[in-house]
Amino acid sequence: MANTNLKGTGRLSWLIIRRDRIRIPLWFIGIIFFTLIVPVSFKDLYGTQQERDVMAETMENPAMIAMVGPADLSNYTLGVMTAHQMLLLTAVVVGLMSILLVTRHTRADEEDGRIEMIRSLPVGRLANLNSTLVVYVMVNVVLALIAGFGLYALNIESIDLEGSLLYGAALGATGIVFTGITALFAQLSDSSRGTMGLSIAVLIITYLIRGVGDVSQEALSMISPLGWVTKTEAYDANNWWPIFLMLGLSIILFILANYLNAIRDLEAGFLPSKPGKSHASRLLQTPIGLALKLQRTGIIAWAIGLLVIGVSYGSILGDLDSFFEGNDMMTELLANETGFSFTEQFISMIMMVMALLATVPPVMAMNKLYGEEKKGRIEHFLSRSISRTKLMASFVIISVINAFVMVSLTGIGLWSAAVFVMDEPFEFSTILGMAIAYYPAVLVMISVAVLLIGFLPRLVSVVWLYVLYSFFVLYLGQMFQFSDWVGKLSPFGHIPQLPVDEMMWMPMIVLTLIAAMVTTIGFVGYRTRDIEG
Amino acid sequence: MSVLKATNVTKRFGKFTALDGVNLEVNKGEVFGFIGPNGAGKSTTIRVLLGILKATEGEAKIFGKDVWDDAVDIHERIAYVPGDVNLWPNLTGGEVIDLFVKLRGGNNKNRREELIERFKLDPTKKCRTYSKGNRQKVALISAFSSDADLYILDEPTSGLDPLMEQVFQECVMEAKEAGKSVLLSSHILSEVEKLCDRVGIIREGKMIETGSLNELRHLTRTNLLVETKEPISGLAEMKGVHDLEGENQSLSFQVDTEELETVIRHVSQFGVVKLESAPPTLEDLFMRHYEGQDQLVSESGGETNG
Ligand SMILES: Nc1ncnc2c1ncn2[C@@H]1O[C@H](COP(=O)(O)OP(=O)(O)OP(=O)(O)O)[C@@H](O)[C@H]1O
Ligand SMILES: [Mg+2]
Repeated sequence: MANTNLKGTGRLSWLIIRRDRIRIPLWFIGIIFFTLIVPVSFKDLYGTQQERDVMAETMENPAMIAMVGPADLSNYTLGVMTAHQMLLLTAVVVGLMSILLVTRHTRADEEDGRIEMIRSLPVGRLANLNSTLVVYVMVNVVLALIAGFGLYALNIESIDLEGSLLYGAALGATGIVFTGITALFAQLSDSSRGTMGLSIAVLIITYLIRGVGDVSQEALSMISPLGWVTKTEAYDANNWWPIFLMLGLSIILFILANYLNAIRDLEAGFLPSKPGKSHASRLLQTPIGLALKLQRTGIIAWAIGLLVIGVSYGSILGDLDSFFEGNDMMTELLANETGFSFTEQFISMIMMVMALLATVPPVMAMNKLYGEEKKGRIEHFLSRSISRTKLMASFVIISVINAFVMVSLTGIGLWSAAVFVMDEPFEFSTILGMAIAYYPAVLVMISVAVLLIGFLPRLVSVVWLYVLYSFFVLYLGQMFQFSDWVGKLSPFGHIPQLPVDEMMWMPMIVLTLIAAMVTTIGFVGYRTRDIEG
Repeated sequence: MSVLKATNVTKRFGKFTALDGVNLEVNKGEVFGFIGPNGAGKSTTIRVLLGILKATEGEAKIFGKDVWDDAVDIHERIAYVPGDVNLWPNLTGGEVIDLFVKLRGGNNKNRREELIERFKLDPTKKCRTYSKGNRQKVALISAFSSDADLYILDEPTSGLDPLMEQVFQECVMEAKEAGKSVLLSSHILSEVEKLCDRVGIIREGKMIETGSLNELRHLTRTNLLVETKEPISGLAEMKGVHDLEGENQSLSFQVDTEELETVIRHVSQFGVVKLESAPPTLEDLFMRHYEGQDQLVSESGGETNG
């Protein structure tokens, strides 16, 4: 019996590769490109040890450590610098890749009834799960090797072979761990949204735990796989034990997922899903109500998530203060240069990162309109007396409100933690204002989604590229000293970074107007195009 | 000889009992119709038989092997078509058929081409663009191009047009002639009547009747239309007479099959001018069961459970 459980694994593996033959290379290109371009540009920008030491000094504070992890700042070679500033972030992206792709081949396929067809054939009960595991372990191994040898091939002095391979291995091992975590949640949850949501939640939580741990409590970082990633100290101490730890954890996750898969019914999960109501409430009978109901769980999860992220960053602010208290020279240095404290600079940066994160749920809410269309469920509305304009408007309204709530929550979270840890906390209204300043930029993102749904629905995902672009350009922009216009291509680049910049109303008004205009154009497209079945 | 035998299969989803002691037997070379109202438990039974749901209680065997433990062995010799076929959006129909055929291990190219021809499927299109009926054709073609011994079909024609329905019925008949067995769940009664040797009726998770169509017909009523010289009296009070309609000399009514003889004898006293009888239609039979009138006669004809 045990051996028949896996029958067909090989063939199903080919099926997975066939289905992902575009997706996998695209992820690879993106990840490898960033992995290789960073050390090359660091070499240009921070060529001398002196320049790098200056950079190291600005890195030596709890805020940066919380964001990118610890490193040996006294030995800030190009290799150490690359690993310090990029490894953790790239590992998170690799984790995300595994989550999205593994969900697609496990719970999503099962939910859509495709696994049922497979299971009616002489294919083992565990074949689909294990072919997914085999393929994604291999994908991550290949990614690790390309990244490792690719870095080494750059031929930069401090970027040696062992460090490069370790760097790649850390990325691959993170991918494998999240392959396991997703495989496990694919058994526990009975929907693909649940699987993806829970896995991403784990990804974010492991990142936050590590951040708090690195700043305050070393031991805390040791329970987070992302904490282990930074413990590799590639190009420096070159520790391999975290890799083995991650592989060990993955094996345990794989075994658990297999066990749970073996004992459960097809299409069932282990987490309870409560029975629904037999009658639609008044609200549900309107498109707006339905749109809300469809996304309720997701909205709540994101709201909590963003609040937690706000609180986490807020809780670091105290450490930041006390850190600078003991370092008068540094405080003065920074203050003299810009006229603002480091805390203030840090907050303005954090606000932007959080605003970008807060863009995700409203854009998801908007894209849901197309998601429903693809599943053939939009027809139920349009065949009744609900116009397309009204339908789309319902989703836009939800998305716009969603955005406001999410953006505000990041500020509320930040403030509520900051109040406890800071000696001279900011005013609530100041922090909230900083967060809400990004609202017009989020509106522009939503309008781009509307535009795509209106004209090029197949390409709705492009809006995520735009979000990602904004993130990289603005997060890394300072480090790479990009020219101004690169940042200005993103709506987020036009928002004054309070409190460092001065408040400017003009760009905010213009952005809001642009958002309104683009949305209107999107409506026109939606009214005139075919609805897909 | 039975190919499929389910004994006392019970399936609970949490507190909800979807199947409550289902007994089912399909013999070699027979087409077995599996019918019942929506939500009765047909698909659930079939999924237990496929080993993708684990029965809470009871035992089910196909080819003498346990459906859960030996699922892989069994599946080498069965073919399944669900009512709602979902395929991979970015694969073509042809690719999916080949995938299924390869996973089963057989390789009958001619049969595949012949069926694609007969079902008029364009195998080069992506599954994303297929209509419901076309997706169903993909599943039907891969099922019938395999050399299975048992076909398990769960509302396989719910999306087919009448012409394709015809082709489907031919395929089932061919399979039967080749000595294969078929378990066919369907809501299309004419299809069941045409194809099936025996039928089982399930309601609320219980098998309420099993038997050949003839046997089951005994359980129901015959429609009669009589015209007599003299007005008929006393008919309404007779046992087994239902739905009496019409005037004194021209009446239409239904009679329970076992009371038919007494009723005819009574009517003949009034000088029969015209007598029309219609056999009970399958619809009549099913309606009575589906509606849930529980005073079904269980002694005569067919096995009865529950
Ligand atoms: N996973 C599940 N969890 C809970 N209840 C379920 C589950 N699957 C099926 N049921 C319930 O079991 C009962 C039987 O469902 P089943 O799908 O077998 O009906 P069916 O006879 O195939 O109906 P139809 O003719 O509509 O296809 C239904 O009441 C259904 O709601
Ligand atoms: Mg069904």
